[in-house]
Amino acid sequence: MSAADLAMAPRGDRRGWLVAPAVVVLLALFVYPFIYGVVISFQPMDGGSIWANYIHFFTTSTEFNTLWATFKLAAPATLINVGMAVPVAFALRRNSRKQRIVTTILVIPITLGTVLIADGMLTFYSPVGWFSQLVHGLNLYSQEVRLTHNYWGVLISLVISDFPFVFLLTLSYISGIDPTLAKAAGTLGANTWQQFRLIYLPLLVPGLSMAAALSFVQTFAVFPSAILLGAPAGPTRVISIAAYEAAFEQYDYGMASAIAIVMGFAQLLIVCAIFAFRRAFYTGPATSGKG
Amino acid sequence: MQSTTHAAAGNHRRWGKLWRATVWTVMGFFLLNVVFMILTVMVNSVATRWFGTLLPEGLTLGWYGRAWDEFQLAHILVVTLEVVASVVVLAIALGVPAAYALARARFPGKRLVMLLILIPMLVPPVTYGIPMATAMYQIGVGGTLAGVILSNLVPALPFVILVMTPFIEQIDPGLESAARIFSANTFQYFRHVLAPLLVPGMLAAGLLVLVRTISLFELTFFTAGPDSQTLVVALYYAVFSTGVRAPQAIDAMAMIYMAITMVWVLIALRFVSPTQLVSRVKEAPREA
Repeated sequence: MSAADLAMAPRGDRRGWLVAPAVVVLLALFVYPFIYGVVISFQPMDGGSIWANYIHFFTTSTEFNTLWATFKLAAPATLINVGMAVPVAFALRRNSRKQRIVTTILVIPITLGTVLIADGMLTFYSPVGWFSQLVHGLNLYSQEVRLTHNYWGVLISLVISDFPFVFLLTLSYISGIDPTLAKAAGTLGANTWQQFRLIYLPLLVPGLSMAAALSFVQTFAVFPSAILLGAPAGPTRVISIAAYEAAFEQYDYGMASAIAIVMGFAQLLIVCAIFAFRRAFYTGPATSGKG
Repeated sequence: MQSTTHAAAGNHRRWGKLWRATVWTVMGFFLLNVVFMILTVMVNSVATRWFGTLLPEGLTLGWYGRAWDEFQLAHILVVTLEVVASVVVLAIALGVPAAYALARARFPGKRLVMLLILIPMLVPPVTYGIPMATAMYQIGVGGTLAGVILSNLVPALPFVILVMTPFIEQIDPGLESAARIFSANTFQYFRHVLAPLLVPGMLAAGLLVLVRTISLFELTFFTAGPDSQTLVVALYYAVFSTGVRAPQAIDAMAMIYMAITMVWVLIALRFVSPTQLVSRVKEAPREA
């Protein structure tokens, strides 16, 4: 039997069964709970219409407002992260020592996770912490610097924890673009800005919309930092807090699942919007110009 | 392209310089914030008293002992070790054969399987964690160590498969033909030919899963009972109860968490690139 024979192995190749254990595990641990969640979301605790949980969510202002509160955090965080990632990744597109140093430092916040970032921020950005000492020392702001236990604390934590992720993703897209394309444009007289605008940006758009979608979905699911750094009873009562409270404080699992499903739908909607936006304003190669 | 005069070119260079300076200032500011935020935790964990001054009044290592006792860190570290080790072993044991099937075999429903593997990577843990925890409490594994391990397997298993599939694809299929000629069955081929070649890939995948599982908060938080908290969940509860516990003791615990994570990150970075730590969906492996 040759390699060509193997490649033409019959459909239903027996080796395919090796995927079965993993599939069973994912079906049991991911798909079944999802279906279970959908089913119980239609079984309201105190009877009534099967839609009662959803009606309750969309008609109770404290619940419904969590959607808007989450969006108000996720949208600016995504814009800041993508907006910062593109120029920095462009400046670091060539493999250099600088690139290695920056990526290594950025790996730290990613791997430490949101809980540790929240703990560090509570001390660092507190009204008596180093950050406000610096601000007062430089006379930039005379009043008390309040960056924790409010909206800004959560937004900063989303930037710190998610920017590295967006940046590393963007960097891998940008370094995948063949640099000879830009060099060719350079020989024809295009300066760096024109090279970026006319060569890199169009090739980056598919990757960037992917990065933006992932970043948005992640920031929309903000949870521990919204509690630890925000005002979880007020402006940063995000949708994940509503779902958590329903499940683990009121033990209304149907309601909690309904909220989780609304959250998933909201994320899906935004992702669709990002890709629709991309399709409306941009048509071009679907893959980045690799090699 | 328009002809550029000398003046315009000079103008352009100035703007370019200004732009680069802005980019580096913003980036530098960001990195300094991250570094000093971590330094704050470090300094506070050894501070006797620190309030509104540049540096604390005195230094002590006493908070580490207090954190160790108050937060029952010995027990929490054992649980964390059990969870992480089980997740890594299970994810590799289930993920590598699956990756092999996806890389080499053609079977009906392959696209569907690919989708089943990608979705848990794309949906954030908070979104699916709540229905998952509910289902687990329903069947009685919620709040137990087994529940924590199983829930952490959901993001870990697809991750291993996505890392290993391209790795297996680049192994010469001729080796398999050669093994078959010498009448090796699939198991023997796995054991004597493929496994040794897969070790570097499994090492990388295992380390990546390990690092991610240590810091994965949400799923453990939803499914852990009082006896099955991992370090990151215990840290959350400690930070949440800031008023009750001394902040220095909490920061000492945070330092222990950070030290453990960073050791594994440094080990992992010897084998993988920083990008691999994040790019869960950089490129979905295409159908062969």
